[in-house]
Amino acid sequence: MNSVEYKKKKVVCTTCPLGCKINVIYADADEIEIVEVKGNRCKRGLEFVKQEITDPLRVVVTSVKVEDGEIPMASVRSDKPVPLRLINDIMKILKETKVKAPIKRGDVVIQNILGTGSDIIATRSVNRKK
Amino acid sequence: MKYETDVVVLGGGGGGMAAAKAADKNGANVILIEREEENGGVLNQCIHNGFGIHYYRKDLTGPEFKETLQEELEHTNVKVLNSAFVLDVNKDKQLTFVNHKGIHEIKTKALVMATGARERHFNSLAVPGDRVAGIFTAGVAQKYINLQNLKPANSALIVGSGDIGLIMARRLHLEGIEVKGVVEILPYPGGLERNVQQCLRDYNIPLYLSHTVTRVEGNKRLGKVYVSQVDENRQIIPNTEKIFNVDSLVTSVGLIPLTDPIKFVETAPGFITSNTNQTSEDWIFAAGNCTVVFDLVDYVSREGEKAGKYAALYAQNQYFPEQKVKVIKGKNINVLHPMYIDPNERTKLYLRVSKTFKRAEVTVEPLGIKMVEEEARPSEMIEISMKPFKDKNLKEIEVSARELG
Repeated sequence: MNSVEYKKKKVVCTTCPLGCKINVIYADADEIEIVEVKGNRCKRGLEFVKQEITDPLRVVVTSVKVEDGEIPMASVRSDKPVPLRLINDIMKILKETKVKAPIKRGDVVIQNILGTGSDIIATRSVNRKK
Repeated sequence: MKYETDVVVLGGGGGGMAAAKAADKNGANVILIEREEENGGVLNQCIHNGFGIHYYRKDLTGPEFKETLQEELEHTNVKVLNSAFVLDVNKDKQLTFVNHKGIHEIKTKALVMATGARERHFNSLAVPGDRVAGIFTAGVAQKYINLQNLKPANSALIVGSGDIGLIMARRLHLEGIEVKGVVEILPYPGGLERNVQQCLRDYNIPLYLSHTVTRVEGNKRLGKVYVSQVDENRQIIPNTEKIFNVDSLVTSVGLIPLTDPIKFVETAPGFITSNTNQTSEDWIFAAGNCTVVFDLVDYVSREGEKAGKYAALYAQNQYFPEQKVKVIKGKNINVLHPMYIDPNERTKLYLRVSKTFKRAEVTVEPLGIKMVEEEARPSEMIEISMKPFKDKNLKEIEVSARELG
């Protein structure tokens, strides 16, 4: 008999607005082994489940302050998903972050935030105050 | 000043920009009117991601979606008038608008309404209690936090679990505001399942389904919110009251299509259109949330493109539908768009079912179209693509849904 314990989990895929409800059965040993996946409507769902049961990832979105800008805030996001467990720490850093206008959509605000390999980039352009 | 053009687009959000772009591409002279200083509408303050997956095949934030569309618009000959407010549209195809230079008139051949929707306010719920500071719509709270660097609350309760309510729960939480819960009167969440996961479950924010706000209390500023459970008929169940000590109540209780300033077109409550987005007035087309409230900006922009295209064709005397087939809401259908079909053109039908189904079969009869939907919910729009059908005798078609065993 196999002594590995099988676990069941219901995962909601957040990859796209369809929000597939995926039922997964997996073996939680030294290395997670997926036994069965049901309910995903595409391949991305399978990738999502693998990630979700090991270390869930999310995109961070927020705004940072802008100096000399036409408006006081510029919206930013992480260019890749970051671990959910680090989001509070990342928010703390971004709360203290200030950028100088002008800023363009796609500009890197912070490189490789907390060593996650993900950059924080501006998601809108802000011109200098006239 | 007097202007003359082929197509006027009213509203510079995700629907209006796409409409203007498409009208230009189809050979029309286009004027786009937007009342704000910049285009984008609500996209400017929706800084979260999840936009553009269908339209651009990329996961974008609201501002990114807007800037991408704006850049495409700048490569056209569309004349954009910002900070301009339309006062009147009359049946002689004349518009009056005002800006900082005064009052102006535009003579046009066709018009695209892309005026979006407005948020329902707390006062429309008729909840007893003090009328105090600290009660905002989710959109207002979003504008304060995301654009103006203001903090509208220390602790908050959210009423309504539509996507906006869910996204604001996460937003407030991440900004260090204590979110004590999301209250939803229906037995299921109003928003997309992915948002329940990534906005509430990720941060352990409680969701109170089948609950409603029964009273608000405070001295100048909100202090207490009373919440009770409701039964399946939405009647309050006695002795289920919970009291939340919060200084803010954020409401996300629905959107109402905005059809102003037009009064002479068929509405219910948004503009009723055909599959080519034509309204009951031949020269007026409408797209996006001023028709029905869509789940995604992707749908809004796609509808905008269609409205822009047919408005341009109409203005150039190239589009005259001979036949209109009526689309009837059959069993278990709550929202249906469009309500008329020009059978010579392709159709995208959008619908919402009226209750939750484990497995629903949606049918369009007598065309014989059948579609199976797993877990159909009223909060998630279903779309059906239909080819042109040339049947001169067909006067109406009916869309309905039933549970599959």
